[in-house]
Amino acid sequence: MTTPEAAAPMLAIRDLRVSFPTDDGVVHAVNGMDLTLARGETVGIVGESGSGKTVTSQALMGLLKDTAAEVTGQILLDGQDLNTLTETRMRAYRGKKIAMIFQDPLSAMHPFYPVGAQIAEAYRVHNDVSKKAAAQVAVDMLGRVGIPDPKRRCAAYPHEFSGGMRQRAMIAMALVCEPELLIADEPTTALDVTVQAQILDLLNELQDETGTSVILVTHDLGVVAEVCHQVVVMYGGECVEQATVAKLFEDPRHPYTQGLLASMPSLAQRSERLNPIPGFPPSLLALPNGCLFADRCPKTHLVPDDACGTRRPTLTGLDGHPSRCHLETLQPTGEVAR
Amino acid sequence: MTSFLMRRFVAMIVLLFVISFVTFSLFQLGPADPAAAACGQECTPQRIAEARIALGMDKPFLTQYFTYMSGLVSSHTVGAPGAETLCNWPCLGKSFQTNEDVTTIIGRALPYTLSVASGAIVLWTVAGVGLGLLAALRKGRFADKLIVGGASVGVSLPIPVTGLLLLLLFVSTLDLLPFTTNEIATPFDAAGPGGWFLNYLLPWVALAVLFSAQYIRVTRSNMLETFGEDFMRTARAKGLSRRNIVFKHGARAGITPVVTMLGLDIGGLLGGAVLTEQIFSVPGVGFTAVHAAQSGDLPVTMAITMMAAFFIIVANVVVDIAYAVIDPRVRVA
Amino acid sequence: MTPLLEVTDLTKHFPTRSRGFRPGGGGIKAVDGVSFSVDAGQTLGLVGESGCGKSTTGRLLMRLLEPTSGSVRLDGREIAELRSSELQEYRRRVQMVFQNPSSSLNPRQSVGSAIAAPLLAQRITPAGGVKAKVRDLMDRVGLRPDHYNRFPHEFSGGQKQRVGIARALALDPQLIICDEPVSALDVSVQAQVINLLEDIQRDTGVAYLFIAHDLSVVQHFADRIAVMYLGKIMEYGDTPRVFGAPEHPYTRALLSAVPQPDPAADRSGRIRLKGDLPSPADPPRGCVFQSRCPVHTQLDPQRRRLCSESVPSGDIACHHADVAAEMLATTTSR
Repeated sequence: MTTPEAAAPMLAIRDLRVSFPTDDGVVHAVNGMDLTLARGETVGIVGESGSGKTVTSQALMGLLKDTAAEVTGQILLDGQDLNTLTETRMRAYRGKKIAMIFQDPLSAMHPFYPVGAQIAEAYRVHNDVSKKAAAQVAVDMLGRVGIPDPKRRCAAYPHEFSGGMRQRAMIAMALVCEPELLIADEPTTALDVTVQAQILDLLNELQDETGTSVILVTHDLGVVAEVCHQVVVMYGGECVEQATVAKLFEDPRHPYTQGLLASMPSLAQRSERLNPIPGFPPSLLALPNGCLFADRCPKTHLVPDDACGTRRPTLTGLDGHPSRCHLETLQPTGEVAR
Repeated sequence: MTSFLMRRFVAMIVLLFVISFVTFSLFQLGPADPAAAACGQECTPQRIAEARIALGMDKPFLTQYFTYMSGLVSSHTVGAPGAETLCNWPCLGKSFQTNEDVTTIIGRALPYTLSVASGAIVLWTVAGVGLGLLAALRKGRFADKLIVGGASVGVSLPIPVTGLLLLLLFVSTLDLLPFTTNEIATPFDAAGPGGWFLNYLLPWVALAVLFSAQYIRVTRSNMLETFGEDFMRTARAKGLSRRNIVFKHGARAGITPVVTMLGLDIGGLLGGAVLTEQIFSVPGVGFTAVHAAQSGDLPVTMAITMMAAFFIIVANVVVDIAYAVIDPRVRVA
Repeated sequence: MTPLLEVTDLTKHFPTRSRGFRPGGGGIKAVDGVSFSVDAGQTLGLVGESGCGKSTTGRLLMRLLEPTSGSVRLDGREIAELRSSELQEYRRRVQMVFQNPSSSLNPRQSVGSAIAAPLLAQRITPAGGVKAKVRDLMDRVGLRPDHYNRFPHEFSGGQKQRVGIARALALDPQLIICDEPVSALDVSVQAQVINLLEDIQRDTGVAYLFIAHDLSVVQHFADRIAVMYLGKIMEYGDTPRVFGAPEHPYTRALLSAVPQPDPAADRSGRIRLKGDLPSPADPPRGCVFQSRCPVHTQLDPQRRRLCSESVPSGDIACHHADVAAEMLATTTSR
């Protein structure tokens, strides 16, 4: 965690924890999330369902304020802890400094208002301009995200757009106030693969143009490899590994990351048999005392004294590539154990 | 949009004709003999036969229907040969009781019904939607529980019960309000808007208690559903104020189903608020219909039935059009 | 050797609703002249993007939909001509596994009785009784015996899909149509289910028609591949050939669009398709892919005319596959 950017990161999340009271008990959705992000970088948050990746993004956006959720820890954006802000003060950040796009652009847009009006509205919230000027901004923005004939398309309704066009329009809406941070929650999961490729290209282009930092929440390691600089792997609501994309794929440290990469069928090489991770993720209602991955981990026998079953490991590791595994403390270089 | 309106309009005209035909058939072919009803208590077979001819019942069924419907286009004469009287356009026959044009009778009753309906609709819409919205915003808290509890009581209170309780309390016991009078039909009568308001306040409240309870429930559940929609999250993510999120983004989507209900309820009410008019002795359409049915005045009953059906069909079309205006996704269908 | 399943020129048109006084259009050609075959014990992968007709094809084969025209033969018997008793027999031999395990199981039916349901519906009593058979099936798909009386909501997505597979296996079918069986599952669980399907095929010799949009899963799983686009098969062939040396420009573009879980992979010269799928109600005349084809605009006018004049057919449904290969080879690294 001593990367040069860590001195003054644009975004730093420190020990973020989120829990929800439910009828069945308290759900511990996020149990220790740490992340640093430099300006202009893209970080991928990868995890399977229930890993806490979406809840993390909602906490960043302040969408859990004024709900039953309990959020602790720090979310530092340019030094300001967003978690301490009231809902009213958070509003100045939403859309202006942090914007968000969602998995399903059809349901994320209001069905009754034209696309252009929805983009213009996002602009007018934070900019004191006339309706006419905002409408022109919307047209320009729609053009920038690659929608042909943007003036005419601004008057169309979301249901008149195709899936890919809708996600483009969502991106236009999110970027219209030139935010410092864009959170993209599974932005291409609902799209076809050829359209997904277009949208990922667009995100890359716009980031080069605007210098916006991006948090990309996804379950797809392929998408991460395409667009991200950094990756955070989440499991059971914890950040289990953070690394640059190159390091993560080349030298995955956490047994869960290793398992995840091994279980993916790859186009590049056809393997005879896939290697799934046995078992299921832990219940977020009753978390074990030990490592959350222990009962699925093939390496617990390498750690003495049943530490995996009794003590929760911390995020440790050198050279900016920490992993939440007892093996890291046993072998500080991390090389021998593997 | 234009073709959508055209199709709706054509469908409406066709449906109106179908309804008129069905209603006409029911009354003509039903067990009640119009001729016997027309000639009253002391009837000889000969007089019934005369009445038959006077009513045109000697003619084929379809001819009768077309004669009846032609009254919508022009005036014509009705009655036995030699004793015809002119029935002015628009003609829906003449009352057996008073020999007045049916349309005149309805025209006299309609302002009363409009007065009862208009105020009640405004009252229950404002109260129902307002309280429903409030309950949704305060979900699970005291205000929500109070409103939902009140609504459960409201829906289970029939109009005769509320109506009589209101009369007992405000008119007989407290003497705060006058008993409703036939003198005041519209706000433009001698009593003025104030007198009109006080005159109809109790019927409005009686109707509103029942209807607003339903509107509270529908509004609340639809708003709660809307609050969970993805686009509400997007609105929040844009940094919009809570008021803007709730009213501009939430209410427009959440209240759409209420529009349907409102349209159909208005249509139904214009056909006569039967129970309310009875209890408060308002001589509106519903009151007239009951009176006509009791005295076997078939032309009046039939005309009011048809009119009620027309109002409901028209209301349906208005609802469809309102829907298309509110929700652009409907326009393509 | 006759293939187990032989599909020839299968076509399904859905009529479009007429609007007002205008008559409806020509209808949507959801599946348009599709031919392929599945050999016993083999897997055919049917891939394509949404709206390409792959799921409709699956439903046609299950006779959940009636085809507009074309022939479907199982072991040489035309299924359109089956009488109702024979149809029941057909439904025994061909089973289906659905995408969403949650909605394809009755929430009020215990897992054991869900798996037993096909046996009871077909009035089949296996040796040793229904219960023993169900326990055996549960064991085969990796469910514990004590799961027998549990209800679907107590299971994870992967376990529910195991129940779905056990139910499909109950009647010892020869062919299982898997419609996106792992799309709703997480990666690590997806691998469990794929391995399970492979084990079952090895043990029972069942054939699969594997409908999916995820090319890496299909490549791993299928012996043969049919790539569909707008109701038509673009490319059809053995998996190693189609993935190793794709000839149709669409197949190349599709493969090139898959995100590679390898940051070091060479990403230069990838093919990017422009725009979105055309509406299936109004596909381009001639070759349906021409509006998005990456080489179409580079062709000389005479060749381009051929694209709009005649519908390409064959295992590689492209008029100019050879030229396209040359054009794309200069820009593609794969």
